[in-house]
Amino acid sequence: MAKVFIYPATSLILSDLVARFGHKPLGAALGIRERIQTAGVDSPPLQITPEEPKRGLKYAAVEVPSGVRGRMAIYGPLLEEAEAAVIVTDADLAFGCMGCARTDELILFTLRQSGIPILELKYPTNEEEGVQFVAAVRKFLAGLEKEGEA
Amino acid sequence: MSRKVRIAQLSCGPEYSGVQKEIYEAAESVDAEVFFPDIALADVERAVDAFGLDVRSADLKLMIARGKALVEGKVDADGVFIGTCFRCAEAAIVRNELRRYIHEHSRLPVVSYSFTERTTSGTLLTRMEALTTIARRRALLAREEQTGITMGVDSGSSTTKAVVMKDNEIVGTGWHPTTEVIKSAESAVADALEMAGLTREDIQAIGTTGYGRFLIGKHLGADLIQEELTVNSKGAVYLAGHQRGASTVIDIGGMDNKAISVLDGIPGTFTMGGICAGASGRFLEMTAKRLGVDITELGPLAMKGMGKNVPMNSYCIVFGTQSLVNALAAGSSREDVAAAACHSVAEQVFEQQLQEIDIKEPVIMVGGTSLIEGLVYAMGQLLQTEIVVPPHSQYIGAVGSALLASGFIKGE
Repeated sequence: MAKVFIYPATSLILSDLVARFGHKPLGAALGIRERIQTAGVDSPPLQITPEEPKRGLKYAAVEVPSGVRGRMAIYGPLLEEAEAAVIVTDADLAFGCMGCARTDELILFTLRQSGIPILELKYPTNEEEGVQFVAAVRKFLAGLEKEGEA
Repeated sequence: MSRKVRIAQLSCGPEYSGVQKEIYEAAESVDAEVFFPDIALADVERAVDAFGLDVRSADLKLMIARGKALVEGKVDADGVFIGTCFRCAEAAIVRNELRRYIHEHSRLPVVSYSFTERTTSGTLLTRMEALTTIARRRALLAREEQTGITMGVDSGSSTTKAVVMKDNEIVGTGWHPTTEVIKSAESAVADALEMAGLTREDIQAIGTTGYGRFLIGKHLGADLIQEELTVNSKGAVYLAGHQRGASTVIDIGGMDNKAISVLDGIPGTFTMGGICAGASGRFLEMTAKRLGVDITELGPLAMKGMGKNVPMNSYCIVFGTQSLVNALAAGSSREDVAAAACHSVAEQVFEQQLQEIDIKEPVIMVGGTSLIEGLVYAMGQLLQTEIVVPPHSQYIGAVGSALLASGFIKGE
């Protein structure tokens, strides 16, 4: 089983696909769950405090907007943990949108720089592309298993 | 108990910057509630297409769709708070265009703000208070004449001003530097009463504004304690004799600046606070001190100088002062340095704040800095318009308070 970062990180479908094929999806749900379950932190709605943008300095400089740094405090540790990634580009909002385009750019850059196996797919626009999309994800994830076994 | 004022939040990033809690707190403290307009997913792309601004960020798309829903009347709100991360260029474009769009297509008061993770509820309080005042007190803000005998006290960061008004006339004024807040207010009040030939017992209603409004208001038993955005707008159009129609009010204060787009005496959109002290009255105070003149002499001195002769284009009070010292050391005249300082402040207000509101004539400058004619001249040059400085412009907050307080005279 590999830890697979999914992009968009908020995509439940992608998260489910990765889990179905036997791997651990690293997405927004995981990062945010940790914050909303942490006792004693009370900043709604994500339990994020002004400390998070400071922690985000590890991933982006102080010139970068606070919202980007706050988001990177959530996604950064997941990126560090990731052993593989599935990236879906041009995704529809309903597929799982990410709030900030600048954070998205930084996440994708970090993933591409990391050297981990990455599958990049374009968001499917019809049924045929949808079938090919799922097949490609399945094949990629199955390959990870082999690597893990080896 | 009155209904809570509903403020629609259009934003990108405050949850992740850790300042959402501060926004809620600021709203709560003025008995308002912040809510996110509820829209369907399908509306988002449609709204973004119709708006015509092709942004990448999903949260900015959501902001646009929510703004459109407000304008189209699909969601009810009493005011709009637009907030995005400071330093995000894409968000700055959306914030500005959305504010303009809502202002032009609805009657909703709008305030926009770019936040950092260090933004506190205290910083947002005055803005939220102004939004709720406009929603809750339209009838009061419609007041065009002062009646009876009322007093207004403006406890600002630099100076405390008091004004006594009687039957629509200013009959007494007082002006003291703000040191100890209550003591300074007492002194200003005593001077104003003495000049008016009246006693505290003669005053039928009191209004307070400015940073020390709550403390002073409690101390004096004020009938009206009101933030300076609405009070200054009202005071400005009243003193300028332009209570109807559109106008723009600029108040460069000791600690922050206000730029307000006013319609019929009611603020429509406004910005408050610059990025730095280099764009404030404090910088002019420092300049006067360094030049060895009283602040009242800085304006006439600047009018004799040529600002272009001195390089001074700093976004920071420290570097601004450095430019000033360097210029003097290099042999520049005091007149030229004074003119350059005035131009620098005007330019920064123009670049940082006036871009965020729609400039509509007449442009009325108020507050203590409006007496610095070099600053008024520089602003007029930048805006390419004649700036109106009404009589008693330095007492603007106190006059606005005294005017509005007359709505609280018993029996009215």
